[in-house]
Amino acid sequence: MSSTWMTTRAWLLMLPLLVVMVAVIGWPLVDTVGLSFTDAKLVGTGGNFVGFDNYANMLSSSNFSRTLVTTTLFAVISVAAEMVIGVLAALLLNQQFHGRAILRALMILPWALPTVVNATLWRLIYNPEYGALNAALTQLHLIDAYRSWLGEPGTALAALIVADCWKNFPLVALIALAALQAVPRDITAASLVDGAGPFNRFRFVILPYLAGPLMVALVLRTIEAFKVFDIIWVMTRGGPANSTRTLSILVYQEAFSFQRAGSGASLALIVTLLVTVLAVAYAALVRKSAGSAA
Amino acid sequence: MERKSPAFTIFVHACALLLAAIILAPIAWLFIMSISPAADLAAKPLRWWPQSADFSRYQQLLSTAENSAGAAFTSSLRNSLEIAGMATLAALALAIPAGWAVSRTPAIGWSLSMVIATYMLPPVALAVPLYMGLSHLGLLNNVFGLALVYLTILAPFTTWLMKSGFDSIPREIEAAAMIDGAGLFQTLRIITLPLAAPVMATSALFAVLLAWDEFFYALLFTSDQRAKTLTVAIADLAGGRVSDYGLIATAGVLAALPPVLIGLVMQRALISGLTSGGVKG
Repeated sequence: MSSTWMTTRAWLLMLPLLVVMVAVIGWPLVDTVGLSFTDAKLVGTGGNFVGFDNYANMLSSSNFSRTLVTTTLFAVISVAAEMVIGVLAALLLNQQFHGRAILRALMILPWALPTVVNATLWRLIYNPEYGALNAALTQLHLIDAYRSWLGEPGTALAALIVADCWKNFPLVALIALAALQAVPRDITAASLVDGAGPFNRFRFVILPYLAGPLMVALVLRTIEAFKVFDIIWVMTRGGPANSTRTLSILVYQEAFSFQRAGSGASLALIVTLLVTVLAVAYAALVRKSAGSAA
Repeated sequence: MERKSPAFTIFVHACALLLAAIILAPIAWLFIMSISPAADLAAKPLRWWPQSADFSRYQQLLSTAENSAGAAFTSSLRNSLEIAGMATLAALALAIPAGWAVSRTPAIGWSLSMVIATYMLPPVALAVPLYMGLSHLGLLNNVFGLALVYLTILAPFTTWLMKSGFDSIPREIEAAAMIDGAGLFQTLRIITLPLAAPVMATSALFAVLLAWDEFFYALLFTSDQRAKTLTVAIADLAGGRVSDYGLIATAGVLAALPPVLIGLVMQRALISGLTSGGVKG
């Protein structure tokens, strides 16, 4: 069989996927680019060409810079916490103790819980009048009066980050655990004979095995955290006083609440560009860490 | 081997208990809220354990009496099932041939890389044209329209899983069948696809989980019981004027049940699916 025919056949088998992807991703993306240069509304006529006005207005607005800071805070803190707690949990699950298999099975629960259910659950826990958190902290005499955890700008973002971490650290733990179990036993044994302490053993013997899978988890989680919408929409809708408004929430408000499709599109593309830059930077890092591990 | 001091053993068990509590407490509380009488949930100090288990909310939500909370819930449950089912079938129909083609013909691998790179796109970057397009086609607030949009998420992911699955099936087996005179499609049907059945099942379950979990597009593109999904129905409940928090919790338990069961049963396959991608990534 000739290789040209093999390649042609492969393209033919790819064709349905590519056609659908162009229809539901390619065309909308190109259309978003077109829209971003107009003052189009969500409904009605096409709008007029306004050049880079939307981009200029968006980038210079205080809404944008504040939202960018909020998004970065959310992404950096929750992903960092998920990584640290996830690795600690994996190290624990790699020890021998009674009920280890059950605990490992339980780790899948938060991950399997739908994001909206997780958000709703934590919203109930944080409820200012009847929430479990207020009740528990009061009964333990840690606070005197019930607080509105999601209603105060000072605590809302932290409360969201806790809810996001709880759902996502178990996945990091399971990925790290799978990597830990690939560490050859004779290597850890040899490091013990050589007198390596627990910290050095983790840093120089175990961590190199974790680096690759953890970098991938880090990349994926960061991209997701940067695009975050669901959990925030359900818990706070970006409030109070816009203190938890992330970039995706801002785009939603601009394009759908205020029906300004043109400027919403420009903002969506700015977000896309930021995520792409992040991903490319990370990809370079992953390649570097994979190279040093090999 | 490493010596384990008794203190270390106690420390490990204490940490394990703490981890179990962190994982279980919120989930247990969701269930307890769903069966606690409303008075218990509004009591101060809060009653952590219901005086009597009250399962009436489950009955209420699963009833189909007209204009009840149950009617809205059961219709969203049906919509979620329909949309997840259709989107998963369509995604697999696209992913199986494409995944096999890329696996056997690395020269076209770059096209799959491009498809997978779309993962970086925030849904908001596609939302406005998709909204206008669906509206133009009369597919807003329609289960078919939403299932079509879900392919943006499901198809790249399932293709990538299928490709890794086919990679682990040696092409020599296919070559041997061909030498014995089997045609390409006969070979795929008799040899390759049965061997790939476990990967197909894993891909299908991942796809169902992704569709079941989706919220953003469902929020934008649906407006009433004809197409609203479970995630939107729950967000409506949580954000609305429902005074019985137990009812919201009950909806949460019911919506979480299918993915949690899938997660527990498929634990091993799901994790190896995730980590194989992770290691190869």
